[in-house]
Amino acid sequence: MSGLDLVWHWTVIVITVASIVGALWLLFANARGKPGEADTGHVWDDDLREYNNPLPRWWLNLFVITIVFGVGYFALYPGLGNFAGRLGWTSQQQMQQSLDGYRAQRDHQFAAFHERDVATLAGDPAARAAGRSVFLNNCAGCHGADAKGALGFPNLTDKDWLYGGTPEAIVASVTFGRNGTMPPFNGAIDAATVKALVRYVGHWNDPALDAATREQAQKQFAITCAACHGPDGHGNPALGSANLTDDIWLHGGSSERIRETILFGRKSAMPAHEKILTADEIKVVSAYVYSLSQNGTQP
Amino acid sequence: MNHEKIEKNVGLLAVLTAVAISFGGFVEIVPLMSEQAKTQPAAGMKTRTPLEVAGRDIYIREGCYNCHSQMVRSLAEEVLRYGPAAQAAESVWDHPFQWGSKRTGPDLSRVGGRYSDDWHRIHLMNPRDVVPESNMPGYPWLAEQALDGADVQAEMRALSRVGVPFSEADIAAAPQAVAGKTRLEALIAFLQSLKAPVPPAAASTQGDAS
Repeated sequence: MSGLDLVWHWTVIVITVASIVGALWLLFANARGKPGEADTGHVWDDDLREYNNPLPRWWLNLFVITIVFGVGYFALYPGLGNFAGRLGWTSQQQMQQSLDGYRAQRDHQFAAFHERDVATLAGDPAARAAGRSVFLNNCAGCHGADAKGALGFPNLTDKDWLYGGTPEAIVASVTFGRNGTMPPFNGAIDAATVKALVRYVGHWNDPALDAATREQAQKQFAITCAACHGPDGHGNPALGSANLTDDIWLHGGSSERIRETILFGRKSAMPAHEKILTADEIKVVSAYVYSLSQNGTQP
Repeated sequence: MNHEKIEKNVGLLAVLTAVAISFGGFVEIVPLMSEQAKTQPAAGMKTRTPLEVAGRDIYIREGCYNCHSQMVRSLAEEVLRYGPAAQAAESVWDHPFQWGSKRTGPDLSRVGGRYSDDWHRIHLMNPRDVVPESNMPGYPWLAEQALDGADVQAEMRALSRVGVPFSEADIAAAPQAVAGKTRLEALIAFLQSLKAPVPPAAASTQGDAS
């Protein structure tokens, strides 16, 4: 703590001490005088007189107690300029102690998980419960309290993974985050071909699709889409490109949404959590997420 | 005792009361104005970009401070939830500061980087699309309103007059930096900029306000 410079330090002390002394003087100056000695000269309703009596003793003593408390407080706690108080108490220190307490408690709780890998932890109800609370505090904002995601935010309870669903891949996603980019093709592809692509991509292997449209779309797909989504449209977890052949659509599977995606692109980002969560917390939350996609282990 | 003089003269009573009270203010408030820890910017603080300045303006205009604080109190529970506790030095460039006084929604002073830009876009358009139980209103009109570069520039100039160290080049480039951006984008940029300042050299330990 840098504190006040010397002039202010003493100004604060002098004014504070003078105020205390002044308050004491005021109290004792008013304590003198005998009850019933004089009245203020005010008379109401013919005979009601206001006496100029001192404060009752017990009341006066309450004021004295507040002053004693004040002096004691200044002796023990910071308040008089830069004087830190005999206890050396600071709010920072109090916070730190309390934080250390919580962290020790957490470390104790997480010690049981420390040596074990994500896949084993996923089978441990205690680890899943701990992971769930980390999830609700840090992940539910986007992925939802039920981890089923929302439009633009992946469902974590299914077996469809953009970046891979292995324990290692999940830990990597949580730790370092992910940046998914689908580039915009507005202007690069003519309107008719976009229409064919939307039709083709939206209903993969739809037998009802006429051969001409299919051929037009496949030709374009090979040029612009296959590099990321693969020639067969199954996506690539190394790039985070989506599998287009299933019924899961991160950004919506309606023709209109797919058209938007092709024309204007999509950007999705999973924030990195390496600075927000501890390594053990990441492991435990990953175990929870991993467990969600494994059959029969949902809590 | 001659307290009659004071008690029978309302004007004098008012003046003396004000004098008595002002001693408290003088001792508690005035010294802070010269204390370095409260008046110098925290280590590692950077001036806002023009887009962030514009976003902060929207934040104030829409009254976000009515429901969101921007001050993590030095309590362990808050530090665990939001991040490092607030320091006075973080707010020296904020005119006015956005500490707020009430939390209907969460504190926002450490929200930068916690969510993606897209999340913020969806959330600001209609919060319930991503947080079903949210009672925050949507702000869809921000997406339709373009920023006025001249306004942003004028605001930066005004801020630099009261001590925010924008460089002349920053101010000159402001209209270009916000050209074609919507108010929504500005607000998101501002929200993403809300982080605890990281001192340049110190490898700071998370959550420890030193």
